Amino acid sequence: MTVLIGTEGLHLAYGGQSVLRDVNLTLARGEIVTIVGPNGSGKSSLLRALIGALAPAQGRITRAPGLRIGYVPQNLAIDATLPLTVARFLGLPRRISAVRAEEVLTGAGVPGLADRQMSALSGGQFQRVLLARALLDMPDLLILDEPTQGLDQPGSAAFYQQIETVRQRTGCGVLMVSHDLHVVMAASDRVLCVNGHICCEGTPDIVASAPEYRALFGTGTRGALALYRHEHGHSHGPKGDHAHDHEHDHDHDHQHETTGA
Amino acid sequence: MTDDFMIRAALAGLGVALAAAPLGCFVIWRRMAYFGDATSHAAILGVALALATDLPVFGGVLLVAVAMALLLTGLTGRGISSDALLGVMAHAALALGLVAVSLIPDVRVDLMGYLVGDILAVSQADLAVIWTGATLVLGLLFWRWSSLLAATLSPDLAQAAGLSPKREELVLTLALSITVAVAIKVVGALLIAALLIIPAAAARPLARTPEGMAAAAIFIGGASALGGLIVSFALDTPTGPTIVSLAAVVFALTRGVSAARV
Repeated sequence: MTVLIGTEGLHLAYGGQSVLRDVNLTLARGEIVTIVGPNGSGKSSLLRALIGALAPAQGRITRAPGLRIGYVPQNLAIDATLPLTVARFLGLPRRISAVRAEEVLTGAGVPGLADRQMSALSGGQFQRVLLARALLDMPDLLILDEPTQGLDQPGSAAFYQQIETVRQRTGCGVLMVSHDLHVVMAASDRVLCVNGHICCEGTPDIVASAPEYRALFGTGTRGALALYRHEHGHSHGPKGDHAHDHEHDHDHDHQHETTGA
Repeated sequence: MTDDFMIRAALAGLGVALAAAPLGCFVIWRRMAYFGDATSHAAILGVALALATDLPVFGGVLLVAVAMALLLTGLTGRGISSDALLGVMAHAALALGLVAVSLIPDVRVDLMGYLVGDILAVSQADLAVIWTGATLVLGLLFWRWSSLLAATLSPDLAQAAGLSPKREELVLTLALSITVAVAIKVVGALLIAALLIIPAAAARPLARTPEGMAAAAIFIGGASALGGLIVSFALDTPTGPTIVSLAAVVFALTRGVSAARV
């Protein structure tokens, strides 16, 4: 097993505020590892540290010599004032030939888009163009930050299928952050559950039955349906919004919950 | 011979437009319009510094513009609301500059000239400074074009591609400061930002690629400079504001055309 990237005692902070501590992880070639965790748990920070965009506060990151990373960012808002064709986007920062552009677009499942404006793409097409760009340099490691954000169920299922295809074809390692718990469990070799630190990790089975995981994502039977329900249950996190909303209205009288506005 | 000052003015306008237009594209792509405003308003403070220390005006303005731009970059990185911050800095710099100029003893300054420019009074030496600056800015942009574009699109993507977004930001900051320093004579501190933003914004509907937009912006900027010069001569209006007004008309036209097409 070739280890592509690893961390030792990694500690990340933003403006003095610790976001993630004691991260020890390794990722090998051909592996698909998914990071799950609530919002603000440090998932994106971890990915940004791995690509070198965020310097570790402590600990270290080791990369295999000559490691090529393909990165799909969490969200890429292209300003409306910036005209950009798909081909030109793929050619940033290094220009590529039209043939090569078509090749990677096909590899990402969206052939024939090269001359379209980035702003004219659908959500699914946009994400796949981002994937195509990440695949350009024949990466050893693909890092994706919530790549199916904004896609519907079939769209994200198809997207993960594509990732799987890419992995099989190129043998690259894949590290991604995802909220699509039901898909994650099916598509990953290993899952890291993160909330300020790594709460638990292992195969999807092990993680899904771990108490730490259940504490974060709720209890219930394992399996796709249960996990699917959890995905829609963001509000029952530790600081649910509801308690907050109702505080002002219902100080005195709890019974009138339904008669209010 | 009588046209001499007109030719110098035309060359000065063209030089500034050439540098400002493609740089202006980055200013609007990165949503730095207010950043440009703040930096160019600080130019008046630079004028005061130059007058107080016998520096050439270009040097004083460049120095203050760089300082201002770096200060803004540093502050916005620390989570201070940049909209409010830029608003404060832009106007504070202008006000401070005006106060500072008035405090310098024994200097009678044509303040209006620095505020709205005095393109008809451009000398041979000014022309040399303007074209040196413009060439430098264009060179910087041409050299770093792809990296700048990648960093503009997404700092993280640029980082993953092995670039340093911070360095690209610095390149833009430097280019912006040079542009402010050479443009103050032509359009004045109040309207430098207009020369950056308006041609680029006017070029947007005409372009399908970033390069196309920069080229169109250069064309619109250059045409506005020359056209504004001619119109201001005919109508006897201040030249800098006339150039900017003309660019604004082009902006309205290209927007109108693109709106009609949809």
